[in-house]
Amino acid sequence: MLRLAPALIIALLVLPVGAGLAMVVLPAFGYLPALGGDRFSLAPWHTLFAQPGLWRSVAVSATSGLVSTALALVIVVLFLAASAGTSVDRTIRRLVSPLLAIPHAAVAFGFAFLITPSGLVSRLISPSLTGWERPPDALIVNDPWGLSLIAGLVLKEAPFLFLMSLAALPQLAPEKRLQLARSLGYAPTIAWLKSVLPSLYPLIRLPVYAVIAYASSVVDMALILGPTLPPTLSVSILGWFNDPDINRRFMASAAAVLQLGVTLSALLCWWLLEQFIRTLTRRWLLNGNRQQGEIALRMIGRSGLLVSSVTALAALVGLGLFSLAGFWRYPDLLPQMLTLDHWTRSASSLSSPLLNTALIGLIATTLATVLVLAVLENEHRQHLQPKRVLWLLYFPLLVPQIAFLFGLVVAAESLGIRPQLGLVIAGHLLFVLPYVYLSLAEAYRRLDPRWLQVARSLGVSRSMAFWRVRLPLLLAPLLTAFAVGLAISIGQYLPTQLLGAGRVSTVTTEAVALASGGNRRLIGVWALMQAGLPLIGFMLALAVPRLLSAQRREMAS
Amino acid sequence: MTVSANAPLRLEHISITLAGRELLAVDATIPPGEVLTVMGPSGSGKSTLLAYIAGFLERDFTATGEVWLGDRDLLTVAAEKRGIGLLFQDPLLFPHLSVGGNMRFGMPRHIGNKRQQVTHALEQIGLAGFEDRDPATLSGGQKARVALMRLLLSQPQAVLLDEPFSKLDTALRQEMRSLVFSQLREAGLPALLVTHDQADADAAGGPVIDLG
Repeated sequence: MLRLAPALIIALLVLPVGAGLAMVVLPAFGYLPALGGDRFSLAPWHTLFAQPGLWRSVAVSATSGLVSTALALVIVVLFLAASAGTSVDRTIRRLVSPLLAIPHAAVAFGFAFLITPSGLVSRLISPSLTGWERPPDALIVNDPWGLSLIAGLVLKEAPFLFLMSLAALPQLAPEKRLQLARSLGYAPTIAWLKSVLPSLYPLIRLPVYAVIAYASSVVDMALILGPTLPPTLSVSILGWFNDPDINRRFMASAAAVLQLGVTLSALLCWWLLEQFIRTLTRRWLLNGNRQQGEIALRMIGRSGLLVSSVTALAALVGLGLFSLAGFWRYPDLLPQMLTLDHWTRSASSLSSPLLNTALIGLIATTLATVLVLAVLENEHRQHLQPKRVLWLLYFPLLVPQIAFLFGLVVAAESLGIRPQLGLVIAGHLLFVLPYVYLSLAEAYRRLDPRWLQVARSLGVSRSMAFWRVRLPLLLAPLLTAFAVGLAISIGQYLPTQLLGAGRVSTVTTEAVALASGGNRRLIGVWALMQAGLPLIGFMLALAVPRLLSAQRREMAS
Repeated sequence: MTVSANAPLRLEHISITLAGRELLAVDATIPPGEVLTVMGPSGSGKSTLLAYIAGFLERDFTATGEVWLGDRDLLTVAAEKRGIGLLFQDPLLFPHLSVGGNMRFGMPRHIGNKRQQVTHALEQIGLAGFEDRDPATLSGGQKARVALMRLLLSQPQAVLLDEPFSKLDTALRQEMRSLVFSQLREAGLPALLVTHDQADADAAGGPVIDLG
């Protein structure tokens, strides 16, 4: 049974993505008998290239992916370099983990509420600094260059890359490297950049690629923050796929293939950039400079991640404020009165999406956790090296969602599977499983093998030792991995929307659907629900081990 | 598994190699109640020998030779069925179980009056009434004693000791040595001790194989 686990995981992750891609590539060249396309042609491409603003969409998608990833990476790297071991470091660590749990859409809404002309920032500086008595007439959110989209993406990507780096760092023994470099006369920040970063980057390369792939094809954030005329390529594709004119499906498929190309080009660009920077910095690594630029780097490093984290938190506060606001005159910083009206009025429509969200999240995460445990236990028993499987796990994260999910719906339909709850859960599993694995694998492998040896030498069989020793000892990381999986599931917009054919509503699909309406108070309610659910999961993950083992000091840590 | 008349532990022509290089070769018989000490510096493969006998040899190593407990060929049996108890340098008390829970963990299922046995064992090591304590609240010496009793209550037929005293401070080390060896002698178990400390070998009192 256990030996089948790796094959099962690969089948679950790679087959759907492959089938989805195939079912997008075929109609992109005119072939989809179900819609009357029975011969190959380039017509979909001709129609696509005739779309106005197409190349602008492509440019915005590619640049927002690359620029936001670069910014987030620089922020994280400089922060780690400038604050390793300081008290800022510890504060930020606590601040950042919950940020990772908050869905993209919620952060996007909150950020929009901060920066919009009548938003919190504008109110804070008006009229004292600006003299504005009325919100200025400026297009800040949805700006045509995608700048607010880029900023919103950075807010979410920085915590992700930060936590990925923190997970990878211990195996590099950074303290020893730092001590050595500093004893050779290097200032702390420079020492970190020259002695730790070159080994760290290869370890976080896959997460960085996943971020590029995500950012260059994101849908929910682009719907909320991105440009509108034309929107990003991914948002255009969604529109074309949903167009009542069935013939547009062929063009939409071609566009999905184009999206795949855009993401691959962005990844290629990044790879070239890596090579370029490696050549460029080879001299710098060995030039003997020990001090120059230390102060500036330290200042930028410490403030960057702090600013982005505080902004994300302020965005959440903004959501709360709007959801409770009664009458609120510009430029007052706070509403004249607070009211629960928006919450009570939403209460009745909240229950069904909440139930769906919980159901999908719990089932998908439970399945993912069981599969991941099976794979890890099999890996442990067979003494397998984990390296190769990692690329496969990242597969669903590296292929743009919009490029294969439509094809997946077509593939499922041709097998007689209608879009519904089950399909949504299967779709969520694609994205939940990799994160559960990434979150649990390290703790699983680090568990001292002598625990299991002692158990077996006391006469307990291998599988009993798994239940009676390994699982209890891994309770805390297991619950954290479960909470991560839940958070990922709760945040999914596109898989829920497409695989449920719009009929399965979750808090995320409901919140994103409100984006075009512009009712900020209602959006505040739904986005806050969306942000709150994963946080509840994380709080439970922290609290349960403590409650269960109140008598056991070493378990609570 | 019942408490049978104790049998000797026979190590026949054991040879352990790593990447084609022989780390150690041992050929010995340990009668019940005796402790055989294998001495050697770190990296000499002492712990690997124990892993081989207990059934936890890592794949990088290859080993030949036979291990017999009386008339049972141990190498053909799963690790948990060999009846071999292990004592490491760390007590490794399961943090999710109480002191009593740790001691009951290894007791064969068919045994009655487990509670009584645990109480009695705790009395023997001067920890009467510690059943419900969290292992994390015990001192180093107390943990070591609980680990020893957990091992004995699991009714092993032979015992392997992997530098069990090296992490204790000097005064405690003396005390633990005499406790461990007297208990093993009393239980009449064959024991294999690996260490790099001559004083351990002296206290064990049995034959010594020096790998250094």
